[in-house]
Amino acid sequence: MEYIITFLDKNGLVFAFLVTGFIMYFSEGISKTLTRGKIPGSAISIFMGLVLAYFAGLETMGKKGIADLPGFSGFELLGGPMFRDFAIVSTAMGASFAIIKKTGPIGVLSLFLGVIISFAAGAIIAYALGITDAESLTTIGAGACTFVVGPVTGTALGASSDIIAISIAAGVVKSILVTIGTPIIAPYIGLKTPQSAMIFGGLMGTTSGTAAGLAATDPKLVPYGAMTATFYTGLGCLMCPSVLYFLMRAIL
Amino acid sequence: MLLRGVALLAACFVAGQILGETLGRLLGIQANVGGVGFAMLFLILSQNELEKRGLFHLEMGEGVTFWSKMYIPIIVAMSSVQNVRVAFSNGLLALLAGIIPVIACIALMPLLSKLAPKE
Repeated sequence: MEYIITFLDKNGLVFAFLVTGFIMYFSEGISKTLTRGKIPGSAISIFMGLVLAYFAGLETMGKKGIADLPGFSGFELLGGPMFRDFAIVSTAMGASFAIIKKTGPIGVLSLFLGVIISFAAGAIIAYALGITDAESLTTIGAGACTFVVGPVTGTALGASSDIIAISIAAGVVKSILVTIGTPIIAPYIGLKTPQSAMIFGGLMGTTSGTAAGLAATDPKLVPYGAMTATFYTGLGCLMCPSVLYFLMRAIL
Repeated sequence: MLLRGVALLAACFVAGQILGETLGRLLGIQANVGGVGFAMLFLILSQNELEKRGLFHLEMGEGVTFWSKMYIPIIVAMSSVQNVRVAFSNGLLALLAGIIPVIACIALMPLLSKLAPKE
């Protein structure tokens, strides 16, 4: 047994690919059977990751989730900031300023409003529930933008891992809510043209949730919403650990 | 060609992150100020520029696309290494911070649609 654990730790990254594959496969199954595809597998697997980290934390009393379990140390690399930021940057590919210009100033306005309002609402709720330092408030505000902007901001500002976990959870809740809520709310907010989809993507961000929600509303709208949502992630990663953080420090 | 795409992505990553770190130092705070955001901006700009000059090959794009498809699995791995045990007591905060911003933004949607130019 000993030598197997040593082997797994030595080849940590590869083993982490395998385990992550299992988590995602399992989550896809839950998505298809239990929710009839209503909640996308990606949101379930991220939630699953948090659940596993919780139980691993109870077991080891450590701070690094399942990376503290023997044999699972590779998760620290795969789930660490380097790969994460690298993968996030890559999602910007295919985004084009020419398309965003087509919605005109309203598309850009929706992006800025979407980031700022989500951030402010998240930070205010965190403050009301007893969080007081600027780094943590900024991280949770960023998590209210998306489950990506939260941890990127948290790492950049040096927030603690439990605060980053809250920011991910908030982002996952948002993603699931947008996924389920979009087709329900669509007729009431006039979500039926490419232009309205772009405004919607700009206000909501959370690319996976917006894409899944629009797919359930009208698949033709997906590329438009996903386009502005991608810009939202970029804008959030740009603004949260900078302007919005400074603003937060100035207020407190 | 494939690796040229990965290298382009790496170049944008390094440039953006160093810019973010440098900004943090200049501003006198221990933080990376917007590094990932800058890197994304660089990637969009360089891709658009290369495409304009006809230098962006399909296979080059695949080198970047691979990583964008790895994005959700990496986020799953990331969520599994957080200190969730300590965060658990703040579950209500996560729930509210996920729900209320969505409601606030949806409320704005009809207003913005009205402001939009007609197609």
